[in-house]
Parts: sequence; C-alpha cells; structure tokens
Amino acid sequence: MISRRIFLKDGALALVSLGFAPTFLARTVEGAQGTRQKILITIFQRGAVDGLNMFVPFGEADYYAARPSLAIAKPGADANTAVDLDGFFGMHPRMRPLKALWDSGSMAVVHACGSHEDTRSHFDAQDYMESATPGVKSTPDGWMNRYLHAKEHQKATPFRAVALAQQLPRALQGTAPALAIGQISQFGIRAGQSTDMVQSSFEAEYAAAAGSVLHSTGREAFDAVRMMKQADPAQYAPSNGAEYPRSPFGEALKQIAQLVKADVGLEVAFAESGNWDHHANEGSATGILANRLDDLARGIAALTRDLGDRMADVVVMTMSEFGRAVAENGTRGTDHGHGNAMMIIGGGVRGDKVYGKWPGLSREQRHDGRDLAITTDFRAVFNEVVRGHLGLTDTARVFPGFTGAQRLGLFKGTATI
Amino acid sequence: MDMFRRYSRALIVGALVCAGVGTTGAQKRSSAVPSSPSDKAVIHVLNRIGFGPAQGDVERVRRIGLAAYMEQQLQPDRLPDEKLEARLAGFGTLKLSTQDIARNYYLPAQMARRQAQRTKGNDPAMTTDTPAVPGMTGMAPGRPGVEGKDRTPEERKAAQAERVVLAELMQQKVLRAAYSDKQLQEVMVDFWFNHFNVFAGKGQTRIYLTEYERDTIRPRVFGKFRDLLGAVAEAPAMLFYLDNWQSSAPEGTAMTQMNQQDGRRQQRMQRRGAMRGGGAGAGRPGMAGRGGTMADLPQARQNRRPRGVNENYARELMELHTLGVDGGYTQKDVQEIARAFTGWTLSQPRQGGSFRFEPRMHDNGEKTVLGMHLKKGGGKKDGEHVLDLLAKHPSTATFVATKLARRFVSDNPPRALVERAASRFRETDGDIREVVRTIITSPEFFDTAAYRAKVKSPFEFVASAIRATGADAVNALPLVQQLRELGMPLYGAQPPTGYADRADAWVNTGALLNRMNFALALSSGKLRGVTPTAAMSQQWIASGALAGDVSEPTRATVAKATEPAQAVALLLGSPEFQRK
Repeated sequence: MISRRIFLKDGALALVSLGFAPTFLARTVEGAQGTRQKILITIFQRGAVDGLNMFVPFGEADYYAARPSLAIAKPGADANTAVDLDGFFGMHPRMRPLKALWDSGSMAVVHACGSHEDTRSHFDAQDYMESATPGVKSTPDGWMNRYLHAKEHQKATPFRAVALAQQLPRALQGTAPALAIGQISQFGIRAGQSTDMVQSSFEAEYAAAAGSVLHSTGREAFDAVRMMKQADPAQYAPSNGAEYPRSPFGEALKQIAQLVKADVGLEVAFAESGNWDHHANEGSATGILANRLDDLARGIAALTRDLGDRMADVVVMTMSEFGRAVAENGTRGTDHGHGNAMMIIGGGVRGDKVYGKWPGLSREQRHDGRDLAITTDFRAVFNEVVRGHLGLTDTARVFPGFTGAQRLGLFKGTATI
Repeated sequence: MDMFRRYSRALIVGALVCAGVGTTGAQKRSSAVPSSPSDKAVIHVLNRIGFGPAQGDVERVRRIGLAAYMEQQLQPDRLPDEKLEARLAGFGTLKLSTQDIARNYYLPAQMARRQAQRTKGNDPAMTTDTPAVPGMTGMAPGRPGVEGKDRTPEERKAAQAERVVLAELMQQKVLRAAYSDKQLQEVMVDFWFNHFNVFAGKGQTRIYLTEYERDTIRPRVFGKFRDLLGAVAEAPAMLFYLDNWQSSAPEGTAMTQMNQQDGRRQQRMQRRGAMRGGGAGAGRPGMAGRGGTMADLPQARQNRRPRGVNENYARELMELHTLGVDGGYTQKDVQEIARAFTGWTLSQPRQGGSFRFEPRMHDNGEKTVLGMHLKKGGGKKDGEHVLDLLAKHPSTATFVATKLARRFVSDNPPRALVERAASRFRETDGDIREVVRTIITSPEFFDTAAYRAKVKSPFEFVASAIRATGADAVNALPLVQQLRELGMPLYGAQPPTGYADRADAWVNTGALLNRMNFALALSSGKLRGVTPTAAMSQQWIASGALAGDVSEPTRATVAKATEPAQAVALLLGSPEFQRK
C-alpha cells in the first residue's frame, strides 16, 4: 500500500504531462510488456453444494446404497448418466459443458476436501473459509485481502481486487484496497447530464486535498472511472461465441471477463453462486441441483471460452462451505455434511485428475459415520493456488496457523508428494 | 489540511490559554474546555461528541456555554428529546419485548417457510439467515435466500412482517444520530454496540437485536464497565452470536442412546446426559457415538455443534471485550474461562426466550483463570468471578481507554492521554462517564493535532450530511440502503471486532465514489422520503458545518455549480466534509 502511494506520487508528474490520461494506463501497458499478470477468479458456492452429486464417485457401491433416489447413474449411453472422468469419478451430467476443459487437461478436482472445523452452520463455515482461519472468529480480514498485502504490487491499480457483488465479501475484506462492484457499467459518478462537469469538479477538489490519504485515493478513484469508461462495459461482446447464462452468476462472470480483457490490472476476482442448500427434493440428473449445476457449468465454460488464450494466465477456483451427508434424507434431499469437492481450472493447472486421498463411503469410513471425511484441508488448495499460480512463495501471512505440510501438486512445475 | 491547521492553531490553542488550564496528568479533574471558544472549537466538539453541526447548533452551544453543553451531553437522562421521539413514534417494534417480536413477527415467517418448504427444495434455515431487508440483503454476503417469485402468498406476507423489525431498528439508528439532541449518547451507543458487536446475519441473533441495543447497551453506556460487561454476557444476542448458549460441560456417551428418539425427547435426554456428564477434558465428546443419526435430527438442530465446550465467547471476551489481544492471557485461560461460562444459555431460544443459567450444562469442576483459583461447585458464580476479574484487570482499563481515545481524539491517540484515561478507569472502578469526561475535556482533545484529524465512518458521514443539510428524513430506509453501499451496513459487521475506527478502513476508491454519489443523491432529492430543506444552503455548510475550512479549489468548484443542489453536493462530497 505504501509503495502504491509512493508510485502515485511519482505518477503525478505523468498526469501533468499527459493531461488527463489515466495514471495507471502506463502501468498496465508496461505490465503487458513484461510477464503477464496472473489472475485468480474465485467462485463461492454458498449454501453447501452437494459435492457427491457434483463429482460422483460412481465406483462406490456405498454411494448408490446411500442415495436410492438421488444417485447419478454410472456413465452410460443415456444423457442422464454421469460424465466419466477417470473410471471412478464422474461429473454430474449437467456439467458436461466443462468436459472439454477436463479433456484438454486444464481442469482438476480436489475431492474429500474442506475444513476440519466441525461446524455445521453455514454462517460459521463460510466465515472460516473466507478468513481461512477455521475456528478463529476474530480474524479481521479475509485471506484474499491478506494475499494483497503479502504480495506487494508496485503497480497495483484500483482494479487489482474486485468482487462482482453489492458488498465486499469476507474473503476480500481488510486493509488492502479492494472493490465491490455490482454492475461495472454503473461504476463512477452518477449525476445525469451533469456527470462530466460534476466529476471534474470533484476531481479538482480531491487533487487539492494535499498530503492526505484522501488525496491519493481520490486521484485513484477518478483514474479508475476513466479507465472503466474507456473499457466501455455497456458495449461488451463476448469473444469466441461464448454464451453466458442469463443469471446473476453468468452476469458476474461476464463482467469479470470484461475486466480481464480490458487490462485494468485485475489480479484477484470474486464471484458467488447461491442457492445450493437442498434439504428437500434435491433432484438427481434433473431437478433443482441439476439446474444450479447447469448455471455453474455453463457460466464457467462461457468464461473460459470468452477469455480464450488469456486463460493461460487465469485460474478459476470454486469452493463451498461444507459438503452434504452421504445418505439422502427423508425428504429426498441431503443434510449438512462435511467433505466436499473443489474445482481448479486454468492455465498451468495439472488437470485431468481428481486430487486428494479418497476416504471411501462405507459407514466406518465416513466422518461421524455419516459424512464424507476430509483428507485435504481446503487451505492446502488455497495455498497451492497462491504459490503455484499467483507466485507468492511465503504464504505464512496469508494462511496464519496453517502448517501446509500437504502438497497436492496442482500446478505444473510444483512438486507432487 | 495544513491550512486548516494554521487557522485552528491560533484559534483553538488561543482559547485554551485563556482558560488557563494545566496539562499535567496529576490534575485529573482539570478541564481544557475553552471558556471563550472559537467557532472552530465548538464545531470540533459537535463533530466529535456528536454527528456534526446542524444549522443553529453553534449559536445554541454558545448560549449554553461550551463546558456546560458538554456536561449536558454527559448527563443525557436529564435532556428532553421530544422531536426525536416524535420521529420514532411510528415504529411499534422498538418498544416490544423479544417474546412479542418473536411471536408476532419471526415465528409466523418461520412457520410459513416450513410450510412452503414441504413442497420445495430449499432450506428454511438458509432463508432465515438472510431476511430480505433493505440494506440487509447480502449482509451475510451470500446465503442468497429464496426470493420473491418462489414464495407462497403466506410466505411473502409473513416475510414482510419479519422485515419490519430490522427495518425499524435500522431506521431508528440513523434517525437518532441525525436528529437526537442527546448526540453524545448516540455516539456512545454506537461505540459500545460496536465494541460488543453482534451480527444481524447470524441465525437467531437478529430477533434479539432490538432488545440488545435498547435494554443491554443503551442504559449502560455511561455506567460502570462491569455492569455493561455483565449485561452483555447474559444478552441473548451475544449468547447466540458467539455460540455460548450451546456451550456445555462435556458429556459421556448419552448421545448413542438418543438415536432412536424423536427430536423433543432427544433434547430432554441431552439435558439429562449433561447431568451425568461433567467429566472435563474430553475434547469433542459424544462425537464417536453420534453415528449416522444427525440426519434424523430436525433440520434446525443439524446446524448446531456437537455437545461440548465452545470457546468462542471466552476468547472474544478477553481479546475484544476486555484485555485486548496483547492483554496477557493464554490459550489455557481461554479454555478455563470457557468452562466457567458453560451453562450460560437461553430458555426457549427459538421463541425469544431470555437468559438462563442451566446448572445441568455447567462444568462444576475447579478452574484456574489468569492465576485466580475458582473452587469447584461455583455454578453461575464462576462466570461472575471471571467478569469481576477481567473488569478490574489493568489491561482492560488500557484497552478500553485506548479505544475511546481513538474514537474521540485520533486514530493513534497520544499515549499520555490514554494513560490518564486508563488511570481514571481504574480509580473510578470503570466509570465510563468519568473516562469519557477525562478524554473529551483533555488538552489533547482540543489540540490542533486532533482538529479534523479523523475521517468520518460512513455512518458518521451520512448522519452529518443529514444534519448539515437539515434534510427531513420521513423515511430513513434510503439512508439505511445507502449505508450498505457505502460499505457499512447497519448491524452488519460480521466479525466480532465490529467496524474499524480508523481512516484506512474507510478510505478506498469504491467507497469514496459512493460518498460522492450519496452527496449527489441526497442534495438533489433522489433519496425518496429524504427531503432536502429549502433552507439548505451552501454558504452555511461551508462556513458553519466546515468552519470555513474549505480549500480554494473546493470553493471554486462550488462557485461554478449550475444549481444550488449541485453546490451542496460538491460540498458534501468534498474531501473536507469527509473529515471531522
């Protein structure tokens, strides 16, 4: 943060010579000439997705025994059967849009993964996953915000960390700057016909707020507004024929793609996908969960297609606060469980593989005799993404209290166990 | 900034010399309140012990006398506040007991959801986590509830009723800050609520929020710290928020026998199991024997932790409520304090029931807390002893004094002031009024270094803008909504730390643009139900609210404004108005 402000002070000279050219335009151009910015897009599936129907262990007889009405059939000719991944695991049929990513080796799954903290409260579990300090409630900041601090960025723009949400999620809260934007086309001063005039007036005011934090932040804000205006979000057309689902989630991913392609300095992005808590009538190959997975898969597939070659520098990571019970309940749904599955998609990912030690689903293999056990701490996955993709070597400050002994080897060039 | 300081140094310090007050720590009762204060000094006081000047305030304070005004503010019970009361008169739920709130507003909504849930696949627990209240949607980021179209008419009607409770509570908070004559009291309620923060988005906590602020916090903001601490410890909102209501002595094997029972019987059995239990130290007891039975429990119960000691409250009690993170305690102390508070629970938690000490959940073994020995069989006294000890601990005095000085003086308050305030805390047995008096009548408070040194929080910004413009908020919901966009949803701080009280937490690109947009929306009358007054004047805001501390560029842009509303927006959104 300090270096950023110092840079801005230097940048003032550029502002004088270039008139109203955005001060960080030069920075991003410069950035593009060197190594390309690595980007992480995190997706939180709030409500605890049923990981066992998302990534189906069709090789387990116990799976079928526990879920008479909900189980996804073994891979077969029928379109309503699991999409085979490795002869043991399959994807829910409605996630077929992701199959191409799997086949191209850029998609990995970590199964039986989650938090050892045993809460079954959505609130606490989401809180712990976003602070990445399970069991410690008073952690003031989120792990993504701590990453921003841990990896000082000399040329950070205001768009370095963005949540496509009304409000900054816990994962991004903290003292490092991060933006929550509901609609990027709405970003800026809103004064109707007088917008330009009002904006330049405010800008003059903040330029004169000498020597204060308000001065530099004000400058940055107006640079950001200009930058966004140049990107012209209202006119956006996705590339490569990508079609986003017409849902809040699809919209959020589309806007993230816009930010990536506009070269505004995005490094970490956050989007959320809701409504995964299916205690009743969850459905199987079709139904409520299937429709949610359809939205999720089509959204991610569209994002990767839209980003095209740029996916080489992008990783998409999904997470959900906990999994669901192995057995279906009396209302054809699933209750709060434990272990779950995460997806890691993108360039550099050593894909085409389901990671993690599979604990099995027989009663004695289950956590508490009822849930998928956890063999991989979710922070091991976060940690590897931060190290292997974002390139931060010392992650102790990002994941305090996490020893990180476990290595999955999710990324090319990182060691496997 | 430098310019403000140049002016103010002469004015504030000059007045201080007139008062002829010494600045040594020995004179604890001395006052640095200037006897013939400058306008800047008066405005400084209005900004810091209130939510900023409204038109006429400076003159009013001068009539009363600055020192007398501050003393009035320290004794709010004697002040009338009829205009505010008239504004709040229509909010029926503010006066209701929690039981009535639960019975009339929350339970019907829960029932309707359960009803509807039988034919749908959504979890009622999820929807109750996120009621759709303006300014609250997305407060628990995520947990998107079931919205509009999926609802049955009964569900919708009940959900509407449910929303009323939080909507009224949120509105009253803004209205009080904007219009109450007991300005310091509102600052203190905001301060202490935030110190003992609870989050509306966590489960049942919100049912108890009205009561928590009204009956637990508000009557004690100027009282003895120990009294406040004790009231919070027994407050259902806190017991829910930090999970202590479920914290019970570890038990043995009772759970296995429960498997075949129905939900209600399970609960009874569980209590009996607690009586049989009581053996300490068995980590997560009962888990091995829980078998596959959680699935058979009613849904609401599934979200609960397994039986056993819960340390959340114990940890935050020391780290955030009393000693501070470096206050000198160990993990062992956390564990021992957690044991001391086992059995501090609730009767009928889902129906708005109140605090109850449940001996059958209490760990009655002996304990050692911060070197103090608690004999076995202490019952509820265990917790009381712990609260006594913590309230008297020197770290608590320093921690509370630091936070108060940060609120009233500067982000990094002068050490000498903190030490004097802490010593006042110790010698008055934690008398909050005395500690606050020490701080706000100190030389440091009136020093130029403190003048306009703090950046307003979004809540302070919004309240001060209403006061500066004299806007009439017949409906305060748009303000509640705006606060969410400004990054400070009311009752919406998720972590127990509450909201930060430092500039760096509030000054960032997005938030700053939102402040400017708020200024534009307010001054142009775009916030429905919040009417800018005809008397709203840029001259007054510049000279009165900002004490003339307006930079040349700001003056120039305001002068160029094409209409009065725009000029006001350019003042409210200016960097100068972000400070206090």
